[in-house]
Amino acid sequence: MRDRETQERYGPDVNRRSFLKGSGVAVAATAIATAAEEALAQDKKATSAATSSKAQDIELTINGTVHKLKLEPRVTLLDAIRNDCNLTGCKEVCTTKNCGACTVMINGKAVYACTRLAVAEQGKKITTVEALSAGGKTDPVITCFIKHDATQCGYCTPGFVVATRAFLNEHPKATLEEIQKGLGGNLCRCGTYDGVAKCALELAKGGA
Amino acid sequence: MAEERKFGWGPRQDNVLIGKSIQRIDGFEKVSGRAKYTADMNTPGTLYAKLLTCTHAHARLKKLDVEPAKKIPGVRAVYVFPAGDLKPEGSGEIFWDGTLIAAVAADRPEIAEDGVKAIIAEYEVLEHIVDEEDLAAAEAAKATKAVGKNAKGKVEDALKTAKHVHKGYYGVNTISHMCLEPHGTHCEWKADEVLDVHASTQNVSGLAGQFAGPLGIDAAKVLVTANFEGGGFGSKFAADEWGIAAAKMAKETGKPVKLMLDRATELKAAGTRPSGYIDVTLGADETGKIIAWDSHHWGSGGISGGAIPVGGVPYVFDFENRNRSATQLNCNVGPTRAWRAPPHPQLCILTHCAIDDLAAKIGKDSYDVFLHNLEQTAGTAPHLPATYKAEMEIAAKLIGWKEKWHPHGKDAGKGAIKRGLGMALHTWGGGAGGCACNVKIHADGSVESFVGSQDIGTGTRTIIAITLAETFGLPLAGIKVNLGSNKYPASAASGGSITVGGVSGAHRRAAQTALWKIFDLVAEKYKVDAGTLAAKGGSIVSGEKKICTWKQAAMLLGPMGLETKGEGPAEDGLTSSRVGGVQMADVSVDSETGIVRVNKFVAVQDCGLILDELTAKSQIYGGVIMGIAYALSEERVMDKKTGRYINADLQNYKLPRIGDIGEIIVDIYQPDSEYNRGVIGLGEPPVISPGAAISNAVANALGVRVPVVPLTPQRVLAALSKKGGAA
Amino acid sequence: MKNFEFASPQTESEAVGLLQDHGGRTAVLAGGTDLVGLLQADLVAPERVVDVRQIQSMQGVRRDADGLWVGVLTTLDEVMASPLLKPYLSLVQVADAHHAIQIQSSGTLGGDLCHLPNCWYYRNGYGLLAMQDGESLVQTGDNRYHAILGNSGPAKFVNASRFAPALIAWGAKVRIIGPAPDQVEVVPLEYFYVSPKSANQGNTILKPGQLISHIWLPAVEPTHVSATYEVLQLEGLDWPLASASVTLDVEGGVVRAARVVLGHVAPTPWVSLEAASILRNQMVSEDLANAAGAAAVSKATPLSNNEYKVQIAKTAVKRAVLKAVGQLEGGL
Repeated sequence: MRDRETQERYGPDVNRRSFLKGSGVAVAATAIATAAEEALAQDKKATSAATSSKAQDIELTINGTVHKLKLEPRVTLLDAIRNDCNLTGCKEVCTTKNCGACTVMINGKAVYACTRLAVAEQGKKITTVEALSAGGKTDPVITCFIKHDATQCGYCTPGFVVATRAFLNEHPKATLEEIQKGLGGNLCRCGTYDGVAKCALELAKGGA
Repeated sequence: MAEERKFGWGPRQDNVLIGKSIQRIDGFEKVSGRAKYTADMNTPGTLYAKLLTCTHAHARLKKLDVEPAKKIPGVRAVYVFPAGDLKPEGSGEIFWDGTLIAAVAADRPEIAEDGVKAIIAEYEVLEHIVDEEDLAAAEAAKATKAVGKNAKGKVEDALKTAKHVHKGYYGVNTISHMCLEPHGTHCEWKADEVLDVHASTQNVSGLAGQFAGPLGIDAAKVLVTANFEGGGFGSKFAADEWGIAAAKMAKETGKPVKLMLDRATELKAAGTRPSGYIDVTLGADETGKIIAWDSHHWGSGGISGGAIPVGGVPYVFDFENRNRSATQLNCNVGPTRAWRAPPHPQLCILTHCAIDDLAAKIGKDSYDVFLHNLEQTAGTAPHLPATYKAEMEIAAKLIGWKEKWHPHGKDAGKGAIKRGLGMALHTWGGGAGGCACNVKIHADGSVESFVGSQDIGTGTRTIIAITLAETFGLPLAGIKVNLGSNKYPASAASGGSITVGGVSGAHRRAAQTALWKIFDLVAEKYKVDAGTLAAKGGSIVSGEKKICTWKQAAMLLGPMGLETKGEGPAEDGLTSSRVGGVQMADVSVDSETGIVRVNKFVAVQDCGLILDELTAKSQIYGGVIMGIAYALSEERVMDKKTGRYINADLQNYKLPRIGDIGEIIVDIYQPDSEYNRGVIGLGEPPVISPGAAISNAVANALGVRVPVVPLTPQRVLAALSKKGGAA
Repeated sequence: MKNFEFASPQTESEAVGLLQDHGGRTAVLAGGTDLVGLLQADLVAPERVVDVRQIQSMQGVRRDADGLWVGVLTTLDEVMASPLLKPYLSLVQVADAHHAIQIQSSGTLGGDLCHLPNCWYYRNGYGLLAMQDGESLVQTGDNRYHAILGNSGPAKFVNASRFAPALIAWGAKVRIIGPAPDQVEVVPLEYFYVSPKSANQGNTILKPGQLISHIWLPAVEPTHVSATYEVLQLEGLDWPLASASVTLDVEGGVVRAARVVLGHVAPTPWVSLEAASILRNQMVSEDLANAAGAAAVSKATPLSNNEYKVQIAKTAVKRAVLKAVGQLEGGL
């Protein structure tokens, strides 16, 4: 393979032939983007120049409200939501995409807010747990969590609620096994999983 | 009439709320994300603090220059912790990875981080010892200390006459509390030099003095608030040096300062449960009665003590002939704090795994051996043998012990997957903690209470509301519970399962005292015998006859209403202590990968009078799940090479998720005799047995003991390969 | 987190241009599930972060004459939902085994392929080679999760990609763009990874200013079957202790050709020609699968704490083979 050093895993007498049909065929190494796409993109180019590292104007649309902030590019969406928008239902626990306490929805999908930069999430529809009990309407996930006591210290709970809502939106008839797989990205230390599972299952059975 | 007026709980069958499954009253606030925790405090102008910690296990700090941090725009204060203070001659020795050196407070968290990075710290790295299991190595390094030895009976003789003798080695590694809301405070100085502290604490009433001393102010000028607390498990009783740091930086800057530990520091510095390892020999007579125990155990709780003490093994049981001794390893590891039921989970593993192996050696079902020896638990409390026996029978039925049990390693399954059963027992005190409260009945009939306790997720608010509502015959919504402030009557820290007894007893006393006054007023006004009155369904009744509504009765109190005080604990039968508890695990082990999964877990638990069955069961589910965590995956990994807590992050500090817990069956053992005992705390007991029960189930599945918990694939496969290979 | 500039290009060429500045001290942001954590820990400290998610050409899956072009921005959710990717069962299985909807919604194939090692020495700031005073910390430290194959050099971490074994077993290639404008090369994925020999070397062939834009997959023939078996300690979000992906060409029950690739056992995905040759021209059976597993680890050189991974890797190969032909029973 060109100038690359021989990799350790290949013994000296191994014939590196590929076996699957097609993989030996020379692949056209041409640009994948179509001309039309490139042209379309050129029109938008004004928005794509690199910004400075200084604090800059940023607009986040959270729960339908536009928050105008001045933030450095390094500020995470989690920090912006909690510290700058004072929406503290979204919790900081691990900051390393493991625990799910900071789960929000972006364009309807469950996302760890600690894995996003605020500057990169402009123009998207961000939903936090606060939206699930706004305007006098309470999401059934919330009432059902309370019913099954799927909260103890409560610190993981809002993130779990958002994840459960996003999950049920996509899997309204989920089975217990699907719930256990889908919600494996949320961590609880007090041990409320049994209540969460009962809640999600009940809503799935009742067509949440 | 005076004789009838004794504090007590009503007849069980009359209860409207007590013992039922009641949703927690602060559920909506928590579940909707509206509850404000300490970490959520963003009062105007709040500065964010970040920490510099030492990442050497043993070192001497030679230089610390914080000036570069101070020069960064937006940095408002830099605080140097005692470990970073080089002024006294000979200071600067650091003993464990994670030691706090300095804190930086800044306008924004990212600027505080810049400040931390700008600090220059230079260390001379020294030799460290972090292996808590290797006793010989620690002895060679002179890092051990004998912590006690005691004996009774004649162990050597008993072992000689014993029909069956088993020698074993068992252990359990250190874990961290790993609270989801890290330790920390939000400190703000208010008018008149009052320090307003929001703290993530289990000890609202006990913190003021801890702040006042180091700050040189009166405790009366410290306001402590903790409306919600994101997990403590025994690690959040203190103001802590980081709390003092926040208060001092707030003072220096004239702004509020929020200092929450970062995740790694939370794992390293804010509390661990000490490790324990044991060499033990047991002897049993021909009937399977255990007649001798001879053990030496060791482990580490850090550089300056905190290891598991000598007492406590054998756990729950005591045997006629028993020797035990213990050694503490002074390792360069972070310090311990009380971890839920200290140190019972470790003692249970060190004892009940050995009993299980002895049963296998005798060739008996371990259930029968535990059963046969139950009389030897009477020393812990006379009622325990009978409680355990009843609970074992219930648990055995629920898990199908008789149908599924097989001798260790025999008939455990044909393919790679082996299935097994295991059990263990536990006990805990859980008596009532000290508590004072005020109950106020307003002239309009609304009721509120004030107590300097805290709801750490256990349902304290809810059980107070249930106690008052039941006493007054009111709906829960008619009760407003105020807690989480040290300006309310003092209540003990929430640790050791003493809160429910403390607050329910005190509130029942205050409520009954108030109710009797109301009965007297009603009796006078409506010309009825006060001794016949009861408060039910929002009314005062005499037998079947409604005398007046609660509101009408309250109006008799006059415009000031009525305020009564409740205190405890007291010897009046409202509360009690000492529970048992039996747990059984059904596990599958993949003998080709070493992965263990819990199929089913049964927890049968007595705890006296249940106030709220829903939250009581939650405590048991939670205890079992925490138990599954330390049984199967959770441990602090101290890297011998670097001396660091190398997995202080949630990627490698492995905790179970919703799919990792199997089916958990919770059964509260509550015959009338339990109800009649009064209230007993429940937080600790269910977390004790899972380690031993699961380890015993794995031994049953594989026919080989995996000696050290957690039972990771690495340890399971190592044990299997010692035995002679997979499957 | 050190501060940086931020850019959000619309086209591949713009992205390449933006990545050139600052001497290539730039980073590509896609789903953010690895990069943002690395930035927060200062393990990656670029002068500029280039968010490539707006680049339409790098999204989606499209067919060409010989196979599929899969944009690297394809998320795990999209892998599971794509009708075109459905025949590549071993890939779909990997996406499905990420038991967290948050990762499935955000994580991209490109991000997975470029995921930096989870080695705890690396993540604690000791560098990819985990060297201290000229000595490997891994060699004498806690190496329970480290390499059991290909570990004689200085690199002893395990490659973190969960999709690479399945993709390599399918004969995938990656399209690399940059650093010069319009510079494009297409490289078999198995040659994309390297085991670094020095501290300043990365774990892929990407040079500063380059990024991967697409993955090419050969067309599936009716006789192709595939499977991935990941050994995960936890059911919830976790990383495999070891994994194996196989793609087999099976006719009349006989394996005509086989590719067996192990994950999380070496600094690169590990192509086992030994296991493949055991399978070739044989009927699949439990014994044959077992022999393939044994062959795959026959040259394993476990470190002081990770002998157990040899057994796990062997099992993963055996079970992947059986799973591919629908003969797998049990397994936790």
